[in-house]
Amino acid sequence: MMPAETSLDLRAKPSWRSTKSALMTGLVIVCVIAVLVPLIAVVYSVITRGGGTVIKEFPDFFTKEIPLVSRRAGPGMGPAIVGTLLVTLGATFIAVPLGILGAVYLHEYGGKSFFAKLVRFMATVMTGVPSIVMGLFIYLLWTMRFGYSAFGGALALACLMLPVVIGSTEQMLKLVPSNLREASYALGASKSRTILTVVLPAALPGIVSGSLLAIARAAGETAPLLFAVGAATAYNPHLFSEANTALSVQIFGNATSSFVAAQDRAWGAALTLMIVAFLITFVARAFTARFALKR
Amino acid sequence: MPLDLRSKGDSADRAFRWTAIGAGALVLVVLGLIAIVMTSRAAPVLGRMGLDFFSDSKWSAPEGHYGALSFIFGTLFTATIAIALSVPVSLGVALFVTNIAPPWLKKPMVYMIDLLAVVPSVVFGLWGVLVLSQHFGLGRSFLTAGIILGIMITPIITSLSREVIETTPASDKEAALALGATRWEMIGAAVLPHSKGGLVGAVMLGLGRAMGETIAAALVIGSAAQISLNPFASGNSMPAVIANEWGEADEMHKSALIALAVTLFLITIIVNLVATWIVQRSMVRSRGVSA
Repeated sequence: MMPAETSLDLRAKPSWRSTKSALMTGLVIVCVIAVLVPLIAVVYSVITRGGGTVIKEFPDFFTKEIPLVSRRAGPGMGPAIVGTLLVTLGATFIAVPLGILGAVYLHEYGGKSFFAKLVRFMATVMTGVPSIVMGLFIYLLWTMRFGYSAFGGALALACLMLPVVIGSTEQMLKLVPSNLREASYALGASKSRTILTVVLPAALPGIVSGSLLAIARAAGETAPLLFAVGAATAYNPHLFSEANTALSVQIFGNATSSFVAAQDRAWGAALTLMIVAFLITFVARAFTARFALKR
Repeated sequence: MPLDLRSKGDSADRAFRWTAIGAGALVLVVLGLIAIVMTSRAAPVLGRMGLDFFSDSKWSAPEGHYGALSFIFGTLFTATIAIALSVPVSLGVALFVTNIAPPWLKKPMVYMIDLLAVVPSVVFGLWGVLVLSQHFGLGRSFLTAGIILGIMITPIITSLSREVIETTPASDKEAALALGATRWEMIGAAVLPHSKGGLVGAVMLGLGRAMGETIAAALVIGSAAQISLNPFASGNSMPAVIANEWGEADEMHKSALIALAVTLFLITIIVNLVATWIVQRSMVRSRGVSA
């Protein structure tokens, strides 16, 4: 009889504790819902309201120029799409090669030297620079002298991307096994040849994926472009001259408008921008999934 | 022949090495240029206003009187609201994904959170101004800005905390469970102590992001230079002022806006450095434990 009673006693105590555990689990699930509801509400609004605009005006929304008078209904966002592509691609061509080279210095040459530590530290500082500060900086350095252009925006975005690319690339270089490097040296290859033909190709998928995530973030930046790119409504395919525009800038400009037509264009532009950012992220994910180096 | 190859290789090698060093040094050059260019352009207004620039709350371009206190307050206030709303739920989601969710649910959730982290901030701002402030009766206020910033940084904090929590050694968790701990007790005894430092760092990085965010705040904060602890009041934040006033600013006004940018830059850098320091310290400690 006695053992049965003690075992009953033991059972009763954990049941209170497990109730508490279950309650906290419930609370955590409430948190999940609290997070997902607003985030999904945002995505839902963008898809329904933006989708409405885009479908109603398909395909003119993507090709026509932006109306000069913002209260006029009608398409489109063509110049902003071209502007976003120009600015983002420009930034990519500046920041990605330099970022990879910087990471090669940090991991393959600098290592734990004082200068490498300093650069690494400053790259961390640079990741924290608010995008609007970077925009003002480029305005003072470039736009004041050379005027509005897509290239100014590309410079600002490149400054924002550079430390991110350095950071993610260095992480990837760390994953390349050192016996690959040693094998290459043993075959008589020089250090630069080893880096270019052995180390970088081995780390390439990770580098591509990290860079793509940085590009996806940069494509959605608004603040730096306000100062450097200007506000055009017509197509401007030139990288280095004349004011341009971008999707994010158009969303910002139209969001506070009281005219429904302008608001509709803002939603349409938001949908387009979100799809661009998501597509880049998908490609990045696909790279990581298919060619990832084993940690 | 071999000698020839060597010498050629040597010079190419040296050239490559210096190119790489140059690319690394570029980071220093850019940061140095930011510091020099920005402070020199901010000097006129700082010369006129002195330290009053930071302690005066009157901002009037027509009178040439620039005091940034209300904007500094607005930045800190909205960032605090954002953090207060975002941190508890972000931690909840991170715990759910790592310790509670069934395996089939885990991957899609991680994927979705990472995807939401790339939604551009201007899209959140658009939703804030056209949906949240209009249909929920919040108007344009500190609270609306805080909510939008909170929603915006939630995926970032969640994703960072998830990575931190996932480094908890399985042996710690199994030990707690083997001693009869319930799931919640196991989280309290094994997961949280292990990841405390990293979680604080994740929150600080989110804070830095919330303070530096321009566009979402500029759209919903209401553009009023006032200091009020009432979250339903309109206010302004440093980056929002810069974005909204730059277009029609004269020379002195521009200098004042640049001085605001310098202030913002310094505050966010301090927050980020403290965050990085905490994360690195906790990483060293946890590595020390596992080794």
